[in-house]
Amino acid sequence: MKKVYFSEINGNSLGYLALVAGLGLLVLIGLGAFLYMEHSGHWVTGMNNEIVWGLPHVFAVFLIVAASGALNVASISSVFSKSAYKPLARLSGLLALALLAGGLAVLVLDLGHPDRLIVAMTYYNFKSIFAWNIYLYIGFFAVVIVYLWMMMERKMNGFTKAAGTAAFIWRLILTTGTGSIFGFIIARQFYDSAIYAPMFIIMSFSFGLAIFILVLMAIYSGTGRPLGDAILFRLKNLLGVFIAAVLLMVTIFFLTGLYATEHHDVVAFILNGNNIYTKLFWVVQIIMGSLAPLALLYNPVTGTSRAWIAIAAILVILGGLAQIYVIIIGGQAFPLVMFPGMEVSSSFTDGVIASYGPSLPEFLLGFSGIAIALIIVTLALKVLQFAPNSLADADVDPHYAAAK
Amino acid sequence: MHVMHLLKTISVVVLLLTAIEVNADVPKPKPIHGEGECVEPEDIMKRNHMEFILHQRDETMQEGIRTSKYSFKQCISCHAVKGDDGEYVHVDDSRHFCVTCHEYAAVTIDCFQCHADTPRSTDKHELRVNE
Amino acid sequence: MNNNDSLVNQKRRAILGGTAAAIAGIAIAPGVFLTETAQARPVDEPVSSKTRWGLLINTNNCNDCNDCVTACQNENGWGTGSNDEQNSAPNQKAQWIRSVKVTDKQTGYAKTLPMMCQHCEKPPCVDVCPTGASFKREDGIVLVDKHICIGCRYCMMACPYKARSFVHEKLTDQRSYAPRGMGTVESCTLCVHRVDNGEDPACVEACSSSMIFGNLNDPDSEISKELARHGGTQIRADLRLNPGVRYQGLNF
Repeated sequence: MKKVYFSEINGNSLGYLALVAGLGLLVLIGLGAFLYMEHSGHWVTGMNNEIVWGLPHVFAVFLIVAASGALNVASISSVFSKSAYKPLARLSGLLALALLAGGLAVLVLDLGHPDRLIVAMTYYNFKSIFAWNIYLYIGFFAVVIVYLWMMMERKMNGFTKAAGTAAFIWRLILTTGTGSIFGFIIARQFYDSAIYAPMFIIMSFSFGLAIFILVLMAIYSGTGRPLGDAILFRLKNLLGVFIAAVLLMVTIFFLTGLYATEHHDVVAFILNGNNIYTKLFWVVQIIMGSLAPLALLYNPVTGTSRAWIAIAAILVILGGLAQIYVIIIGGQAFPLVMFPGMEVSSSFTDGVIASYGPSLPEFLLGFSGIAIALIIVTLALKVLQFAPNSLADADVDPHYAAAK
Repeated sequence: MHVMHLLKTISVVVLLLTAIEVNADVPKPKPIHGEGECVEPEDIMKRNHMEFILHQRDETMQEGIRTSKYSFKQCISCHAVKGDDGEYVHVDDSRHFCVTCHEYAAVTIDCFQCHADTPRSTDKHELRVNE
Repeated sequence: MNNNDSLVNQKRRAILGGTAAAIAGIAIAPGVFLTETAQARPVDEPVSSKTRWGLLINTNNCNDCNDCVTACQNENGWGTGSNDEQNSAPNQKAQWIRSVKVTDKQTGYAKTLPMMCQHCEKPPCVDVCPTGASFKREDGIVLVDKHICIGCRYCMMACPYKARSFVHEKLTDQRSYAPRGMGTVESCTLCVHRVDNGEDPACVEACSSSMIFGNLNDPDSEISKELARHGGTQIRADLRLNPGVRYQGLNF
């Protein structure tokens, strides 16, 4: 294949400056929301003693899951030696780092004591998956930075495959760790399942790739560099496979729940309840976030249109956010079952479905995580050579024949 | 040439500002002492009180050891400062014993986010001491 | 004195002396034994696993009573026992112990019981805490070391009994012996400050007719003997956490 040339983007246009300014403003607003919550205490949020993790965690977990999936494109090229993806590997690594940074920032800023981050880094209880996650997340930064270095410095290129394999294995363990945050909770009916680990891995493939496609299209249309169909259609077909795989995992999860009488209540709560979680699950996660994108991506008309591909990717992201919301908030809203089959009531919302109303500071903080990720990518593109000059068909895959 | 000129100007400005700051009159703190003698000599306490506090903290928390010499509750009760109204002052008041020095040294303490900063009349009972 | 007198006197003295000694012994002996059991561990001695504190609650008299809850609030300075948490919504306010009403819809059988931290032998909250702030003391009391709690609330997710609360706002009305603060997680401490002082937890003192507190590792303690005789149930026994809090009278 032809040699690929990388270069920094110019970043001189008004559009670029406006983008950086806009993202910067969103980051500052998020910071302001954090300062308000940290100073006053969490009473200003919608979180309470039943729903202890709220909207910030939904955004944070989504970004962290997507981060590991964004590295997929690079892994496919380095580990599985698919040379067509090789020009995209640097961008893939950059996006992975940026998304993780955004997700972690939101997670840390929502702690009751964010000033004790140094405590979290020095006192460890290794039975806790959270403690492992701290190492996994920090290690991910290190591993991906090394991987990028191997790719970007000519004389280190011989080590790219080794670094890429290490990064690939690391991120599988990382996503297993993220899914196990929920999978290891024995107390709650909606968690306590081994499927959370592989399900989160597959979800990461889907969310990460959807974000990658959108970011790729935005960079190439914004800079005027060519982006050919060869690469784009490969990516969108792959996205379809991942969406289907997530659907499979979700189906297995609920089918198993339906089979076990003890889980019927919680399954009914999510799938057939008179609440927000049921609506989010069916309308946003399944229809908008899985079935519609599948149809759009594989239909011969919409599947070859850039606009529709972008819309499909956006729908996947929205569906992913809804999925994480249902998992995190829905899982907490369903009451703990201390007396199976009995009716329970108390002054501490035992036996009833907990209520949660997201507050504005939470939303602003969570959303700023997306802004942090995007501003890192935007600035990095100008500083280092992440983006190939051309991803036109002729440059990427001369043998590609456009489908008629 | 321009660079050297700029550097010279900046360094003069910085020196002037430092001189102003050094000459500014920040009074040394005068903490109101507790009754009687402290459990350690004053100069040792000034430097090492955090070590005593932290060591005792871990012993009490993890092992249930509640000796009175370095008991935090004991420190608070002895070093409690009363205001003009006869009530104990809290950490938002500069006369609070810990705050007098910590404000001067600009070292934030978060002990009183959780710990009572004054002896409490709402306490239901006393802890036993063995000395 | 003639010999007869002194012999009789000697015998009388012997009997009197012996009786006096016996009476003295009977009078003092209970004091000796009772003082040994009531005397707490010395303050400079670390706790050991020779003791495992347990609580046995007989729910037959609970009904609409809230004495244990009120006693805990006043002792530890939360809820109605403090002026704090004015800004928090009702479901944001801390609750260390609560009264739970359980009804069997099919039969109509209903019971009320107090629910607090169950001080499990295998606490899930301790397993999941990333910094080790949630920990179990050698004598079985599960506590939060608020010095290293970062307020991540993972332990609250993990507790099967919803025993833990998060402090959502600044506090100023703490008891000296029960520190609690914004941004950290808290729960029933089994009144560890009282237990270390040789006393019973406040809830047990308020309801000594229906609650027994004692050393589960001592087969001669009142709680062990009562459990051996009449048994007790664990809530969520299926989770195999082996809680230190046991209940009687729950026929669900």
